[in-house]
Amino acid sequence: MSRIRKITQMKLFLPVFCMILVMLINVIADVAMGKVPWSFFTISIKNGLLYGRIIDVLNRGSEVAILAIGMTLVVSASAGTDISVGSVMSLCACFCCMLLAGYGVSSTTSFAMPLIVGVLGCLLMGVLCGAFNGTLVAYLNVQPMVATLILYSAARAIGLLFCNNLIVYIRVPTSGLSIGYDIFGGYIGPIPTPIIIAAVCVAVMTIVLKKTAFGLSVQSVGINRKASRIAGLNSQRLILLCYIICGLCAGIAGLVASSRITSADANNIGLNYEMDAILAVALGGNSLGGGKFNLAGSIIGAYTIQAITTTMYNMGVSSAQAPVFKGIIVIIIVVIQAPPFKEFLAKQRAKRQQASGKEAASV
Amino acid sequence: MKDNVVLTMRGICMTFPGVKALQDVDLTLYKGEIHALMGENGAGKSTLIKCLTGINNFEAGEIRLDGIDGPIRNHSTLDAQKKGISTVYQEVNLCPNLSVAENLYIGREPLTKFHTIDRKAMVEGAKRIMADLDFDIDVTQNLENYSLALQQMIAIARAVDMDCKVLILDEPTSSLDDNEVEKLFGLMRRLRDEGVSIVFVTHFLEQVYAVCDRITVLRNGQLVGEYPIAELPRVKLVAAMMGKDFDDLADIKPEGGADLSNAEMMIDAKGLSHKGTIKPFDLEIRKGEVVGLTGLLGSGRSELARAIYGADKAQTGTLKVKGQEVKINAPIDAMNLGMGLLPDDRKAEGIIADLSVRENIILALQAKRGMGHLLSRAEQEKLADEYIETLQIKTASKETLIKQLSGGNQQKVILARWLATDPDFLILDEPTRGIDVGTKTEIQKLVIQLAQEGKSIMFISSEIEEMLRTCNRLAVLRDGAKIGELDGELTQEQVMAAIAGGGDSE
Repeated sequence: MSRIRKITQMKLFLPVFCMILVMLINVIADVAMGKVPWSFFTISIKNGLLYGRIIDVLNRGSEVAILAIGMTLVVSASAGTDISVGSVMSLCACFCCMLLAGYGVSSTTSFAMPLIVGVLGCLLMGVLCGAFNGTLVAYLNVQPMVATLILYSAARAIGLLFCNNLIVYIRVPTSGLSIGYDIFGGYIGPIPTPIIIAAVCVAVMTIVLKKTAFGLSVQSVGINRKASRIAGLNSQRLILLCYIICGLCAGIAGLVASSRITSADANNIGLNYEMDAILAVALGGNSLGGGKFNLAGSIIGAYTIQAITTTMYNMGVSSAQAPVFKGIIVIIIVVIQAPPFKEFLAKQRAKRQQASGKEAASV
Repeated sequence: MKDNVVLTMRGICMTFPGVKALQDVDLTLYKGEIHALMGENGAGKSTLIKCLTGINNFEAGEIRLDGIDGPIRNHSTLDAQKKGISTVYQEVNLCPNLSVAENLYIGREPLTKFHTIDRKAMVEGAKRIMADLDFDIDVTQNLENYSLALQQMIAIARAVDMDCKVLILDEPTSSLDDNEVEKLFGLMRRLRDEGVSIVFVTHFLEQVYAVCDRITVLRNGQLVGEYPIAELPRVKLVAAMMGKDFDDLADIKPEGGADLSNAEMMIDAKGLSHKGTIKPFDLEIRKGEVVGLTGLLGSGRSELARAIYGADKAQTGTLKVKGQEVKINAPIDAMNLGMGLLPDDRKAEGIIADLSVRENIILALQAKRGMGHLLSRAEQEKLADEYIETLQIKTASKETLIKQLSGGNQQKVILARWLATDPDFLILDEPTRGIDVGTKTEIQKLVIQLAQEGKSIMFISSEIEEMLRTCNRLAVLRDGAKIGELDGELTQEQVMAAIAGGGDSE
């Protein structure tokens, strides 16, 4: 009993529990459809590439997982969310494609500039957007929601300007040693590249949190900005830094999303991703009120969202109706994590214990 | 009458995660007495009261109430009220935007035959209640129109009218002035004579002796004893609360004191000011000196300190630290020059509530070292252990969240945060506010010890007595300006005269 309680009180219990819940739904659905129960977890190699539903979840969930890293920091430090990340993804992708294809070119089969310039330009654009948001929030004390609303509505349009209102296609495939634009959304060896990119991002952030006082400082500022300043922390610079990291994450995610379709589709890249990123942070058991954060929780949350989507498609729910079921599952997960619900469960448990205690006493 | 026991609590035990809040505590209450419940912060006074009123679910022990057979256990404050146990807290728990009459009858409004509220009967009843207690007020006015003291008395009137046998007053006098306290005491005595038993929780020793009949003392969740007031003089009460013999506070200051007029200059401020809060001031502080800032609340004491520390950036003037002219833009600059500031508003500017004691202690040192130079976990734990030990911080563990600690212990953690940075100049803004006598003495002793080690201290306090005990020199402030300095052997009267502005003494 006490061991069970120890496990349920662990920080990551609920995010992991939700993940397992979604997997369980898959198993039940598979059995109902007459497939083997573990078909969700089977990984096979077809044409030299990893293949399987779990690989699909990891692959497709990469963008949201990368965004969740930055969003976690922003939420923790400023008690607000960056709702511009989806649009910034699109802007970065457009900027990248403009650099690589040349302004006004709608389709190209060779790079106008070295690929590395496009990639760096893409990331730089993300950093700039983050710095813009961060300056508004940290130095001008604009509400995070309002500050990021500016780029939420403007970034996509700026992206369209870069692309001269066209959808820019970069048809430079990877072959042999020459790296094409499809590499970031494609495969390296048998492994999907987005999985590798997301893993690297998570690893880098984890090392930063482990080896520096960044995590402690961000949480401290998020909990009590005034007290942190008196204790010698530069609250404004820390908040700015969090927004810059968030912008950088959006740039990386934009590159991946654009590479998947080898084009810059300003109107569709990263559409509604900000909401998934925020949801991932919430599912990870992080308070949107700022303060303490748990990066692992957010990452698990991000993949949980993708697992739900993949599950829906697998069960044959049409993409038009999938959001309804997604909504239902999210409600369940959020209610399970809500403090009043937890208290209710704790009370029930206490009652049961008291009852069993009385029984024991009477025996 | 004293044989008439109204309430007994026997062997009450209560545990919070990691802490034994109450162990085997007894409380006996006779009919028609005022009973003081005393103890330092964290001694278990509030916990005991919450066990009685049903907020806490105690684990062992029993409560018996006169007129009820067998032990009772309340499950809510409403439950307790029905049995005749009412509580009035420090913060008035009434509705300020309702009238006095409505407040008196909330939840038990007299009804007409149509089951609507009988306002006429309510107002009549309210008038009668207030007249019974000799209060001449308009009961149809909103509660917020009356002073806090009156609101508190209205809360008491409400409790008394609900046939209360036991009235618990939890720190009712904290926000009242002397006159209001006297009125409250009048009411308490009157209720006592009418046979109500009152449990009185307070921090103020003199109030205990002014109004109480008996005292129960708690320490660390355990019962120290129950005494008639006549048998427990003040010094013994403090000793009982602290669990040690009471040091004569006057003795903590070293005799005579070394002559510091030739010591190295630590702080030399000339014409420093911050618009709207503190007018230009000059101040010199030497190594090993304790300089006090005195003045009324809002006279600019904290603001002067904040201008030096850079918490509010000084807009004019020059500041020399150890002879070097410096520019301070933010607190971190001041910290790098060896300063530290313990702010007066512990909750808003001191603690990081959701972080652990360990993290709160290392925070300033970590900020000073810079983000890239993380203190290793082992170093952090060593520092935390060291200060929990030397400052005797009462905490379940170093990983306990600071918000779970009592006020005095939170203050010690913040103090530890600054001591960990090994400052040369430490500003302590109201370090002893709201904490118990024992901790106060410890902090005062620590200040003097630090000064003897060669550190300079700026000490700000509203208690003149405390300043006289610890400071070498006092700077007097009035209306946002420094108006003079006092040194030598001083009396409270002299200091008060200077604050009041009888004449600027330099």
